[in-house]
Amino acid sequence: MEMRETDRPGDEGLARALGWFSIGLGVAELVAPRGIARMIGVRDHRILLRAVGLREMASGVGILTQRRPAGWLWARVVGDVMDLALVGAAFRSPRARRGRLALATAAVAGVTALDVVASRRLSRRPGEPEDDAIRITKSITINRSPEEIYRFWRDFRNLPRFMRHLESVQVTSDKRSHWMARGPAGKRVEWDAEIVDDKPNELIAWRSLEGSDVETPGSVRFQRAPGGRGTVVKVELLYRPPGGLLGSLVAKLFGADPDQQVAEDLRRLKQVMETGEIATSAGPSARRSRRLAAAS
Amino acid sequence: MKANCWFDTHDIRVEEVPDPSIVNPRDAIVRITSAAICGSDLHLYNGYVPTMKKGDILGHEFMGEVVEVGSGVKDLRVGDRVVVPFPISCGNCFFCKKQLFSLCENSNPNAWMAEKMWGHSPAGIYGYSHMLGGYPGGQAEYVRVPFADVNPIKIPAGIPDDQVLFLGDILPTGYMAAENCDIEPGDTVAVWGCGPVGQFAIKSAFLLGADRVIGIDRFPERLGMAQKRSGAETINYEEVDVYETLDEMTGGLGPDACIDAVGMEAHAPGLVGAYDRVKQAAMLETDRPHALRQAIMACRNGGTVSVAGVYGGFIDKVPFGSLMNRSLTLRSGQTHVQRYMRPLLERIQKNEIDPSFIITHHMALDDAPEGYDMFLKKEDACVKVVLNP
Ligand SMILES: NC(=O)c1ccc[n+]([C@@H]2O[C@H](COP(=O)([O-])OP(=O)(O)OC[C@H]3O[C@@H](n4cnc5c(N)ncnc54)[C@H](O)[C@@H]3O)[C@@H](O)[C@H]2O)c1
Ligand SMILES: [Zn+2]
Ligand SMILES: [Zn+2]
Repeated sequence: MEMRETDRPGDEGLARALGWFSIGLGVAELVAPRGIARMIGVRDHRILLRAVGLREMASGVGILTQRRPAGWLWARVVGDVMDLALVGAAFRSPRARRGRLALATAAVAGVTALDVVASRRLSRRPGEPEDDAIRITKSITINRSPEEIYRFWRDFRNLPRFMRHLESVQVTSDKRSHWMARGPAGKRVEWDAEIVDDKPNELIAWRSLEGSDVETPGSVRFQRAPGGRGTVVKVELLYRPPGGLLGSLVAKLFGADPDQQVAEDLRRLKQVMETGEIATSAGPSARRSRRLAAAS
Repeated sequence: MKANCWFDTHDIRVEEVPDPSIVNPRDAIVRITSAAICGSDLHLYNGYVPTMKKGDILGHEFMGEVVEVGSGVKDLRVGDRVVVPFPISCGNCFFCKKQLFSLCENSNPNAWMAEKMWGHSPAGIYGYSHMLGGYPGGQAEYVRVPFADVNPIKIPAGIPDDQVLFLGDILPTGYMAAENCDIEPGDTVAVWGCGPVGQFAIKSAFLLGADRVIGIDRFPERLGMAQKRSGAETINYEEVDVYETLDEMTGGLGPDACIDAVGMEAHAPGLVGAYDRVKQAAMLETDRPHALRQAIMACRNGGTVSVAGVYGGFIDKVPFGSLMNRSLTLRSGQTHVQRYMRPLLERIQKNEIDPSFIITHHMALDDAPEGYDMFLKKEDACVKVVLNP
């Protein structure tokens, strides 16, 4: 597992604490909704509180099991707003005890503020400039020698076999190549690239030519893994799009989760290198036959 | 072709679906002659395994005849009779080379889903949710078998399907559960659950040299089968306290090894059962680990708890302190089936085991939904259903 130097452990710690807070509150809300309702001064919301309890649990488990918990934290923020609305509704009810409610509101609002801070921090990696660039570092261990994997990668025409966003790469000279990527809605993004560093069986680095639409330096390192486990392949990519329409096309090349996209690309590289093919579960299901039936 | 498809909890239907075809060079297509319903299928049927999609073809315990092979498959020929192991393995990766076939790194195209749930992904499995690959299963007339050059085992003519079908899953599963106990002469092994997996765990424990094996369940026909077919002693957990009875039977030591052949849907009488059911329904835990709790508490100091039963996610109130303070060893895993198929086939050929003794029902593929229902409710003394398409 690679380390991300840019993640501040403090924020992960905060996220984790909020995760446990969620589970704790969730259990209390589920098991003793009446007690909690009494505690915060509301009477008639037992079922609602139970629902809130479930939501707290789900987001708690989500936060604890997620490596990058930003998404789940935002779910918490939504949950907090729900809680605030709930407490707000209780305020308007004549039977509510105002003093306790005010306290509860303050407590929930406090947690909301924490949630927002943690989510904002985790959504953008700290220290990262606020531009549209996509930066990705990913590693995988492949049960093949560095020589074999280097040879495969060095022929850039092979890249689209495992990099989903690429349509084709044409090699135009020993150092230069023309890359075509699939954008959303069939739009294409193209650029020319040159190899800027090439250490056989160790490293390949490339970048798009001056004046290209996209600035995309990238590199891949091949390092012999310990204990005869093959090779650790480490990829670093950066896509810095220009502004405007093309920029947003580039930003979408990797979908919503660029890290995962590249992780999947590397997994496919591993499959090709180790098994000679890319694993697929393509096959029949009653879904497809229905769709076919509907179409015909 | 016809296939048994999952639509929802307790809603499966035999539907007309397209035939499978070769996609990758190492694929083969197998025409199914026998497919069993497994206890693991019940976890899908009861809706406890996430990432199932409406229309998924079920079934991971099947055999048949090769009808087509891809260009990369050299050792299999059209017409060969094969049993297919349920974990899909590439044969090339670090884990396959270590014979940890159910941990193959290259067979789960949806590995990222499993990583979200479990941290890392195991191998793909036929008909067992999208988190484990989303592969169409074998309760159908035909199935596509990936990496067919390394997975299926050829079966010589003359041995009936019923004797070899279980080589693909539960016979190796029972065997691995017993092997994980590192049985020594004089050992007593207790087995929670006398379903098909439990029956084979009991038989295997004896084969591997256990002195005594104690089967635990509540269905008389299953307890009776364990006594008659393998010579086990039995405990009906609805009649006596399991922990006390085991202690009494083992001179206060506890069994040397305890096998959990029950899994995530353990039945528990009384308050504990209600507690787990409520927590499971409220998503506070995903599994009901009652048998596992008992197995840990009952095991003798320094003994082994071997978990063959399937668990999916999070469990609660597991006595981990008992495990730690008493130096217990915990072993588990989806079975590395490919490791056991050949040696177990040889034992079958030498008449050391005839696994067909667990089969209580043969049905047509069309009747799969009734088969599931009967197997779930253990009606008609049902222990194992085999479907013949
Ligand atoms: N590890 C693997 O690779 C693998 C392979 C196949 C099956 N399995 C798992 O093995 C388990 C058993 O499978 P099966 O086909 O035998 O299913 P099954 O449903 O027929 O058997 C389960 C048995 O456990 C009994 N049981 C339930 N609660 C119990 C308790 N508290 N104490 C003692 N017994 C109890 C039931 O009465 C039943 O007889 C399932 O979880 C299944 O998913 C694992
Ligand atoms: Zn099974
Ligand atoms: Zn493998």
